[in-house]
Amino acid sequence: MKSTLLLGTRKGFVAYRQLNGKWEMENLSFEGVPVSIAYADPLKGTWWACLDHGHWGVKLHRSNDRGRNWEEMTAPAYPEGEEVKDGIPATTRYIWSIAQGGASGLWVGTDPGGLFISKDEGSSFQLIGSLWNHPSRKEGWMGGGRDQPGIHSIVIDPRDEDHIHIAISCAGVFETIDAGGSWEVRNSGLRADFLPDPTSNIGHDPHILVAAPTNPDVLWQQNHCGIFRSTDAAKSWQDVSQAQGPARFGFAIAVADDNPDQAWVAPANSDVTRTAIHGSLCICRTDDGGKTWKELRKGLPQQHCFDIVYRHALACSGNTVAFGSTTGNLFFSPDRGESWQVINNYLPMIYSVQFAD
Amino acid sequence: MPTIKFTYALKRYFPQLKDMAANGNTLPEILFEIESTYPGLSSYVLDEQGSLRKHVNIFIDGTMIKDRTALSDPFASNSEIYIMQALSGG
Repeated sequence: MKSTLLLGTRKGFVAYRQLNGKWEMENLSFEGVPVSIAYADPLKGTWWACLDHGHWGVKLHRSNDRGRNWEEMTAPAYPEGEEVKDGIPATTRYIWSIAQGGASGLWVGTDPGGLFISKDEGSSFQLIGSLWNHPSRKEGWMGGGRDQPGIHSIVIDPRDEDHIHIAISCAGVFETIDAGGSWEVRNSGLRADFLPDPTSNIGHDPHILVAAPTNPDVLWQQNHCGIFRSTDAAKSWQDVSQAQGPARFGFAIAVADDNPDQAWVAPANSDVTRTAIHGSLCICRTDDGGKTWKELRKGLPQQHCFDIVYRHALACSGNTVAFGSTTGNLFFSPDRGESWQVINNYLPMIYSVQFAD
Repeated sequence: MPTIKFTYALKRYFPQLKDMAANGNTLPEILFEIESTYPGLSSYVLDEQGSLRKHVNIFIDGTMIKDRTALSDPFASNSEIYIMQALSGG
């Protein structure tokens, strides 16, 4: 199990470290500043803070010494004249995903829908034109969760770093096999109940996309319209939601790092209220590829609870699972969700949770 | 030569920041000068398309500028130009 937890919160970057069985806060950086993603590069160990200053725009900082010192990098920026739609200038409004792609570079996904690559460890970024100029973008992509389309998931294939899946709210899943040279839409089998044609090729709302580390052709997504799984690298999707819930609507999903059939979701009331179901918090786990789901509630609040879990805020490492909630509660489980313990009840709203070394 | 003043909030990110005199004849020229003195600062005030960020204001002699896109508001050689943040959020 990895012993560090990085949190992106509404009021700063937070790192916890487990020592002698106890989680201690190791680092607080950028106090008061919204951190959309706190990311530890698994290859190089660099920490990244994606900042969303209310006043001063989106910024990107990196640290090579576990948050003791930070260096501000040049944040991804849209070239002059680029437009989200005709007449609407494109500017970086939010960094919604970041992923180390090794030989392919450092990838960053943004609202309003631009994917950026850095070949120099974040010193400079280039917009991926093949995706930005995809014929579906201006007419078929739309806001979902945010006002403009956003790329919240970047999934690098560890067997081939030029093979990448991304997910966009709202557009759906796209796949490249040539490091972003070209893209295929991978929404076959998804359902977008909010569209006039729910089986439309474009316009889907995957809330988060993840791959199984032990078999990257197995992909999971918590979608606005259910939980979907693919066993063929996203060429087709199967709905694995519980018909009568609770494992149905939500934002987050995590897949076990040693079992492609085991995954966790954090159910929420549907998009009408976005609160905990019946005021009680539960995590659901499947051990059989989504055929069945088990409700895991031991140690979680079961009344008067409003918490939900944002899309990047549920993570696992070995037997340990952790999640952070919209009301600033941070929980972890040492036994794959069978029981839960509180790390902190008094954090700010939590946007991202990641295990790191 | 107009005088440029900054909100104290920017000093968190640019600790050396202080009032400065500028030579530019337009706001974009002045922001270019500011950038050469405090590298990176213009990205805190303007977005990458050159527009004023949503929650940032520029006042010229006490009056808020009108053109937030091209920053074409005029000023005099003895004007005081104040770059400040809007009070928003929580």
